[in-house]
Amino acid sequence: MLFQAILFYMVAAVLIGASLGVVFSRNPVHAVMFLVLAFFQSAILWLLAEAEFLAIVLVLVYVGAVMVLFLFVVMMLDINVEAVRRGLTRYAPLAIAVALLMAVELVQLIWLRSRLGGGPIAFDAYPEGYSNTKALGAVLYTEHVYAFEIAAVILLLAIVAAITLTMRKRPGLKVQNISKQVAVKSKDRLRVIKMDAEKKS
Amino acid sequence: MIGLQHYLTISAMLFVLSIAGIIINRRNLILLLMCIELMLLAVNFNFIAFSRHLGDDTGQVFVFFILTVAAAEAAIGLAILVVLFRNRHSINVQELNEMKG
Repeated sequence: MLFQAILFYMVAAVLIGASLGVVFSRNPVHAVMFLVLAFFQSAILWLLAEAEFLAIVLVLVYVGAVMVLFLFVVMMLDINVEAVRRGLTRYAPLAIAVALLMAVELVQLIWLRSRLGGGPIAFDAYPEGYSNTKALGAVLYTEHVYAFEIAAVILLLAIVAAITLTMRKRPGLKVQNISKQVAVKSKDRLRVIKMDAEKKS
Repeated sequence: MIGLQHYLTISAMLFVLSIAGIIINRRNLILLLMCIELMLLAVNFNFIAFSRHLGDDTGQVFVFFILTVAAAEAAIGLAILVVLFRNRHSINVQELNEMKG
């Protein structure tokens, strides 16, 4: 239990540090790297809360797919960092003040019960032989099967939308017109000309 | 003893940080998208904490769907960003005022 608590606090500290890095780093590539770190730490925290399936999904889907997509776009776009960052300091004090106020209020609210004498609420331990993945699958494919199918359609929509948005017709590009090629007849290509034979002089 | 309140505190801190990030980085569209991802992560923390607290797996199914929709959102958002950069050669939010009346 003590080991778990120490691990929790260490990972939580790294997580908060990584999200500070996302918010305050000047270079977008560094921000993406910090975000990857934050997702990794979150996966560890979810593992500590015994939500194993979602922890693995977070690493595979977020770190493996979404963050690589972000990194790809950040490196492809070649943004002028200094020009973008010029107005940084003007709104920073306001943002930090608002954030601190909200953080203090939320933490007060969350810990209200334990300050009144209840103490922190520990999670109930799962019974022996419990499988998180099995339990999630059992409800996902029965009770929530329509939502599951809608999620599949949303992913298809995202594929179609991303491809249609970024596809463009470049002028002057040499491409084949397949239907024209298939529909061609032999008489379009071969012309037989009748002409008189030439005499030898 | 690690419990519900610890996870809710982490979630609140992530949420607050991402709000600060949206105000601070409001010129750079790609950092705004990343702050939104961080905010969704905070929401997922809340869902998982309460799912474990109440012993109900539906909260974790919700997290699954949020991850799906967030992945779709990131893909479409980045596609829009690429098209925007191709047309304007900048992703500064302040310069996007064509739809102003």
